[in-house]
Amino acid sequence: MDLQKMQGIADGIRQRVLAHTLANNGGYMSQACSAAELLGAMYGGVLNLAPVSEPINPPFFKGVPVVGTASVKEYLTGAQFHGAKGPNFDRFIISPAHYALVVYAALIETDRLREDGLDFFNKDGSTVELIGAEHSPGFETTTGSLAQAISQAGGIAIARKIRKESGKTWVFMSDGEFQEGQTWEAFQAAAFHKLDKLRVIVDVNQGQCDGPMDSVMSIEPLVGRVKAFGWSASVVDGHDLDAITQACALETGHPHVVLCYTDPVRGLPLLNERRPVLHYLRFKSKEEQAKYELAYKEMVK
Amino acid sequence: MSYEIVARPHEQKFIDWSKDKPEVLVLTADLTNSCEVGRWRDIYPDRYFSMGMAEQNMLGMAAGLAREGFEPWLHTFAVFLYRRPLDQLQMSIAYPSLKVRLMGFLPGIMTPGGVTHQAIEDIAVLRAVPNMTILEVGDATEAETVHDIAHAIDGPVYIRALRGEVSRIFPKNEPFKFNTARILSTGSDITLITSGIMTEEALRAIPLLQEKGVGINHLHVSTLKPFTDPIVLKALQGAKHGVITMENHSIVGGVGSAVAEIMAENGIGVRLDRIGLKDTYAHGASQKYLMSEYGMDAKALVESISKLMKKDLGISESDLEEVRTVSVHSSAKAEAL
Repeated sequence: MDLQKMQGIADGIRQRVLAHTLANNGGYMSQACSAAELLGAMYGGVLNLAPVSEPINPPFFKGVPVVGTASVKEYLTGAQFHGAKGPNFDRFIISPAHYALVVYAALIETDRLREDGLDFFNKDGSTVELIGAEHSPGFETTTGSLAQAISQAGGIAIARKIRKESGKTWVFMSDGEFQEGQTWEAFQAAAFHKLDKLRVIVDVNQGQCDGPMDSVMSIEPLVGRVKAFGWSASVVDGHDLDAITQACALETGHPHVVLCYTDPVRGLPLLNERRPVLHYLRFKSKEEQAKYELAYKEMVK
Repeated sequence: MSYEIVARPHEQKFIDWSKDKPEVLVLTADLTNSCEVGRWRDIYPDRYFSMGMAEQNMLGMAAGLAREGFEPWLHTFAVFLYRRPLDQLQMSIAYPSLKVRLMGFLPGIMTPGGVTHQAIEDIAVLRAVPNMTILEVGDATEAETVHDIAHAIDGPVYIRALRGEVSRIFPKNEPFKFNTARILSTGSDITLITSGIMTEEALRAIPLLQEKGVGINHLHVSTLKPFTDPIVLKALQGAKHGVITMENHSIVGGVGSAVAEIMAENGIGVRLDRIGLKDTYAHGASQKYLMSEYGMDAKALVESISKLMKKDLGISESDLEEVRTVSVHSSAKAEAL
């Protein structure tokens, strides 16, 4: 595992998301700070994805799937950015669709999405949507209604088990999704059906839209809960690439979850001034924006 | 009048039908035997997945399997397929138009399980969901032949299914035809459109009505979405005194509403009477009792026709008792959940 390369991806994610947030006066900045190493590790070597021949130009939206028409089969899938599917390759299902900007940045850093892809972010007619859907780069399911990806990934994992495929099915989740009942239904089913090639990696940034999770609805002790549901689990510092990669390599004979405890202001301590609510960064004044511009200059030095 | 009673028309037919279809899987939520797939599970254990009482996850897992080219057939009570897991049904299955088959047993007031078990607004809800196809079987022949119809649709299909002792109303050699109404009688006074178990109920009254000189154009519809059958439009256009719909469902949003839309869109200016649950919940009781209590039975049909034709037809309740078909309310049908 090339940890240096992974760190480079992580640094690039923070820089790109901050640059985008500055240019557009808004962005899911804390998610970039918390998940940069997690996604750097995944896209930088943990995942066994087929390469893409060159960074892909994000296509324009061509319409929703319509039953009984060719549009269903021709429908664009964001999974193309993860390379061709194959029995030995891994799958990577993005669950928290509001991390889209962070995922797009990771795809650019790994030469899967064209560098100017973010120019189309949240633009009318574009697939580079604010909340990613299955036509958006890197997405293959529509999971903006949270906790639906884990069940779909479970179904994909059952299908791959039937076909005796060796590739793993990974799901990237946010910790807030462990407040949803469906997550626990999926966890019990994955253990019951012995989906030992199903993996979940979680950005445990302990924050959600209303503020710190322990003020909204506590999910702790998370590791105890997931283990009680029949999964094996690793708890790691979500900014320690060595720890993340080791935990991701474990073969336990069970579905395995890697809980990455993260710092939502890592790499951008200025965000501390926004506490306790870090969910979305929109500048309150010209002065505040100037401070972030300065922070960006520091970051890219 | 009495019909042949067919025991468990879905059970063996589904076993035979799926034999050479390795992509067909069955997912259940703790109602395997209640939905007639216990033997299926024993014969095809590798294609059977128990998902427990967790429908939201079951629908999501079905979506994942369908994305991988499998065709999951979910078997549970109708109410549990759309009411609790509607978001999963919409976002995981309907949006990407995946080939998931939702076999919903005991629709409407067929279950004595009471309000929690009665799918009375499923058609209304699912008609509003893009990409959905909605089918409803009305007898044993349709229960035996719905599989090919659903299988051919490149998208999600919700089926109001029948189990247990089911009457055979339609000839064995006239299988379920997609988006094609069955013309059960012709006449120009009233156009009557019935679906599901209501067709058999209506048929109790039809001969008596015909004896009284009422001309009834009676259609049985089994494809509820899409609802674009030209046979239906033609029948609606030919109704002199009015149109009546009979459905095992709320009168809001179901077959009655679908018919109303067609009538309005085509400028068909006759009255419409919708027989069904009149915007009310029901409760736990027998099918016969509830059909009478909520005005969904043959008597309600006679009254509706009297109203539309503005004349007393002279058909009494005891006349209708005499033609009660053995199949609908025989003791053989009193099944446990």
